[in-house]
Amino acid sequence: MSSTTIQAIFDDDDVLLKAVKELKAANYHIEEIFTPFPVHGLEKAAGLPNTRIAITAFIYGLIGFSFAVWMMNYMMIADWPQNIGGKPSFSFAENMPAFVPIMFELTVFFAAHLMVITFYMRSKLWPFKKAENPDPRTTDDHFLLEVSTSNDVKVLEELLKTLNAKEIKTKA
Amino acid sequence: MSHYEAPIREPLIYGDKSYHDITIDVAAPVEGKANRKWWIAFTIALLAFLYGIGCIVYTIGTGIGVWGLNNRVNWAWDITNFVWWVGIGHAGTLISAVLLLFRQKWRMGINRSAEAMTIFAVFQAGLFPIIHMGRVWNAFYVLPLPNALGSLWVNFNSPLLWDVFAISTYLSVSLVFWYTGLLPDFAMLRDRAVRPFQKKIYSLLSFGWSGRLKDWQRFEEVSLVLAGLATPLVLSVHTIVSMDFATSVIPGWHSTIFPPYFVAGAIFSGFAMVQTLLLIMRKVSNLEAYITKVHIENMNKVILLTGGIVSVAYITEFFIGWYSGSSYEDYTYLSVGAATGPYWWAFWALIICNFIFPQTLWFKKLRTNFVWSFFISIVINIGMWFERFDIIVINLSRGHLPSSWTMFSPTFVDVGIFIGTIGFFFVLFLLYARTFPVIAQAELKSILKSSGENYKKLRGDNHE
Repeated sequence: MSSTTIQAIFDDDDVLLKAVKELKAANYHIEEIFTPFPVHGLEKAAGLPNTRIAITAFIYGLIGFSFAVWMMNYMMIADWPQNIGGKPSFSFAENMPAFVPIMFELTVFFAAHLMVITFYMRSKLWPFKKAENPDPRTTDDHFLLEVSTSNDVKVLEELLKTLNAKEIKTKA
Repeated sequence: MSHYEAPIREPLIYGDKSYHDITIDVAAPVEGKANRKWWIAFTIALLAFLYGIGCIVYTIGTGIGVWGLNNRVNWAWDITNFVWWVGIGHAGTLISAVLLLFRQKWRMGINRSAEAMTIFAVFQAGLFPIIHMGRVWNAFYVLPLPNALGSLWVNFNSPLLWDVFAISTYLSVSLVFWYTGLLPDFAMLRDRAVRPFQKKIYSLLSFGWSGRLKDWQRFEEVSLVLAGLATPLVLSVHTIVSMDFATSVIPGWHSTIFPPYFVAGAIFSGFAMVQTLLLIMRKVSNLEAYITKVHIENMNKVILLTGGIVSVAYITEFFIGWYSGSSYEDYTYLSVGAATGPYWWAFWALIICNFIFPQTLWFKKLRTNFVWSFFISIVINIGMWFERFDIIVINLSRGHLPSSWTMFSPTFVDVGIFIGTIGFFFVLFLLYARTFPVIAQAELKSILKSSGENYKKLRGDNHE
């Protein structure tokens, strides 16, 4: 059965939040919501699973830390040990305290940059990417809700009207 | 509903603003034309910058000998300016990261500009170590690449190399933190743009941000994690800068209080610079409704706290200098010797600017006064420059052998490069103020209902 997607525009975040809750309760499928700012509690109301991006950051941090350990061990201990001001240079453990600052910096460097790159890739954000918000007002003060239904469209439109949607149209 | 905030908290957005009003107010400086004052300021900054470039070219072409350095004082304005600029570059990340972790809503009115200021200040800071290498074409030697003559590597025991890693991590992480926050605001400008050229530019800059629910969820998570990473990072950067001095074996520098002392000083001077810029910006760009008395007062409180920490550090040094019982150490530290010696004026400039003047901020009348706050912020900027000058130059001017004692006098090149970086900083900031959304409007909209004056008033009326 083919389904129709309805775009409803709201002009208040609280009205939108209430509408999303009602639509979920009525078992409608919410396709997408475009908002000008993060609306508190909206992702819970729409039933969005948690993002796992923080976990990736942790993994990237571990990679950065390991890279720092490997790099400094290779350069300072394995490849070319030097006597610099009498500081111990023949085992990693003895020389390690001097390596702590760079271990920390590289952990942060890897975690931060790779996480942001992951975010840009997953959310499809890059230069020359075309914006996909259906209405330019959704970056200003309007909220656009896309709901799909395979049943009677009229019923959905009526429901959206009672939920104070400002404009309702069918997605082309 | 969920927007409740204790009525006793002062509003952070003044006036009867709607979401659309915020859009208009933030877009206004970008969409409007620059006035005469902007052009005058920009011209002055640009001339200073060009003069600075001239001095840098002269230095590189002729050699470091054109500076006022001598046998004893072999590090002076270059490193003073470096530490000064890095210190200034600490406020932005502190405001956006630490205050985010503490859920301080007032950061939202100022974080964008504070971060911009941070990034521009770190640019200036980065110039000095590169110029003072003398042979700038060998600057790539700081990278962990095998040496051209064999497999000799950089020295990871050296705090100067830690600096390279710390500053480049700090600059690049601050940059992506700032840019990620800018995406929704560039998208706002893109969707409003009328002129095709403007539309093109902001489409490119906004990376096609559409404001999907999932994007916002990730956006908030990324901001939170970046804040968590940037908080220890910002503390580590100035700690490592202080280690340039603290891990050396020169009396007066070889000191364990340096890391906390430098970090507090950095926040102190950074907040002062944010005050200087925002107090002008709120007037020039008509942002009085968003950068309010509350913001200024809160920043003054941070200045008072961090100023207190540096003052304790000065007192500690003063005591230790005397307690050592060594006439040499009693000069190299901030001490009786320094206060009465040939550099007495630099010592007292520090004490007056950083210790005495900020005490006026204990009075609510003064710390909520814009003119006084502006004046204090300038005084602190000067004082913090003298702090670095005192630590570096007073210390180096005297060794154990009286025959080698020297004074330092800067040449026009030293002064010129410093003026040039100030010019460069303002060139960047003035361009930013005309082309970027200077307030994180998307974030600000999310607190309008809880902290806007009109909404607070509405709730207050309903309660009675």
